[in-house]
Amino acid sequence: MSGARRSLVRALPLSPAVALLLLFLAGPIAYCVVIAFTDLQLTGQAQESFVGFDNFRRAFGDEAFLNAVWLTLVFTVLSSLVGQNTLGLALAALMRRASKPVRTLTGGIVVTAWVLPEVVAGFLLYAFFRREGTLNAILDWLRLPSQNWLFTLPILAVSFANVWRGTAFSMLVYSAALDEIPQEITEAAEVDGAGGWRRMWHVTLPMIRRSIATNLMLNTLQTLSVFGLIWVMTRGGPSGKSQTLPLFMYEQAFQNSLIGYGTAVALLLLLIGSLFSVVYLRLLRTEV
Amino acid sequence: MAPALAARRSRRRLAADAGLLLAAAAFALPLVWVVLSALDPHAGLTVRAPDGLTLDHFDAILTDDITFRPLLNSLILCGGATALTVACAALAAYPLSRFRSRLNRPFLLTVLFATSLPITAIMVPVYALFVRVNLIDTFQGTILFFAASQLPFAIWLMKNFMDGVPKELEEAAWTDGASSFQSLLRIVLPLMGPGVAVVTVFSFVMMWGNFFVPFMLLLTPDRMPASVSINEFFGNRGMVAYGQLAAFSVVYSTPVILLYVLISRRLGGGFALGGAVKG
Repeated sequence: MSGARRSLVRALPLSPAVALLLLFLAGPIAYCVVIAFTDLQLTGQAQESFVGFDNFRRAFGDEAFLNAVWLTLVFTVLSSLVGQNTLGLALAALMRRASKPVRTLTGGIVVTAWVLPEVVAGFLLYAFFRREGTLNAILDWLRLPSQNWLFTLPILAVSFANVWRGTAFSMLVYSAALDEIPQEITEAAEVDGAGGWRRMWHVTLPMIRRSIATNLMLNTLQTLSVFGLIWVMTRGGPSGKSQTLPLFMYEQAFQNSLIGYGTAVALLLLLIGSLFSVVYLRLLRTEV
Repeated sequence: MAPALAARRSRRRLAADAGLLLAAAAFALPLVWVVLSALDPHAGLTVRAPDGLTLDHFDAILTDDITFRPLLNSLILCGGATALTVACAALAAYPLSRFRSRLNRPFLLTVLFATSLPITAIMVPVYALFVRVNLIDTFQGTILFFAASQLPFAIWLMKNFMDGVPKELEEAAWTDGASSFQSLLRIVLPLMGPGVAVVTVFSFVMMWGNFFVPFMLLLTPDRMPASVSINEFFGNRGMVAYGQLAAFSVVYSTPVILLYVLISRRLGGGFALGGAVKG
């Protein structure tokens, strides 16, 4: 067999995967780029036409869009950067010191929240934050003021929901990272009299900085594409107060029948996602 | 010095236990609620001790329309897509793991890039595309898209697991005249059984819980999987029938929790995307 023929035969098993990826992943992405520049609508339109950057211009003049961008930012910072990441690290750090049964129990509960189907998680937290729900019952019991969370602070409620659902991932990543720190290093710091916080800040965090970066990146990407959780809890409402970009995109494309406009928003989301993805690849660069 | 250190350690262990138990309690509240409500004859929205225990809610939801058909649809969709994903990923991983080629690195980088793309963002164009090519509202279209969306991560995981199977074992088979395909099927895959199980279960669990893809690509109520039908149920009757909704959530969630337990035992805590994170 000649060299070229041999490498062709060898690459043959790749073909079903490549075909699927091209047709159903690369195809839609390319199509996304095309229709983002048209005025394609859901119904009653003979022929869509090319409209250049109109959809994007429209987006940046659209208050609902800017509101969605802002809420996406709040949602991502609160639930991914602050919530999942910090809580995940704290849980992982505590788990190293805790006794085994407590560690297993906590790990099991946190991971269960993560494994539950998205819609079920949304439903459970909807019940938790409702006016008659568990959170208000606890606040009443503590004699703290209660309120209708899904109505007054919906973005906060859905952010907490995302923390509840997503913290397990950070916890697992950080547990694995902390396990790789040699015991002698932390012990040496302890014998030198470094307290818990200083050890964390000066010894542990610098040693796991790569895991932190990767975790932040993956959390952010996951959070950017949350749809079902928010949809079940608030449908993006009331009056757009928890409408992040994916929900805004859906509303424009299907409730307002503006597929072209919705796709332009989708393209922006995809671009932000790709940007994070590239950064993530660079972080892994040395290991591929 | 040593006893002081030991005393400090055990004090610290107590503090860590207390902190973790507090976090565990907070995380457990919604879970406790769903289990209690499913059994409580007068289920409401708050966690509380049930008035009595009943299986009425399960009785009420275990019908064709509410539970069996959606679960069967989920099984067909996720089972079909998982089979397709695992087969394609195993085939693709073989040349990537076994042969050196200049194209391996760019291919793997592309795959890794695709694992982290927000799939949510492409659902509107996928919908528009599926309308054009008549795949909208079909099982096969949804299965193909599900498989494609899960494939990048499956290839990545599968390749890493396959790298762990020593090449020497196959070389004997090659000299006996076995083709690559035979040695993949007879030697490599059986040796990486746990790895294949992880990829299979992980893909299945991700699809089982996925809401947005079937929500966009299927239209006929009779074809909806549980992830979408629960939402309809919730919208239409959930306002009163909390107990039933909780019972349905339990029935729908249990399979994936069991599957997860099955593979997590085998892999220890670092499972999950740990494979991708570590590169």
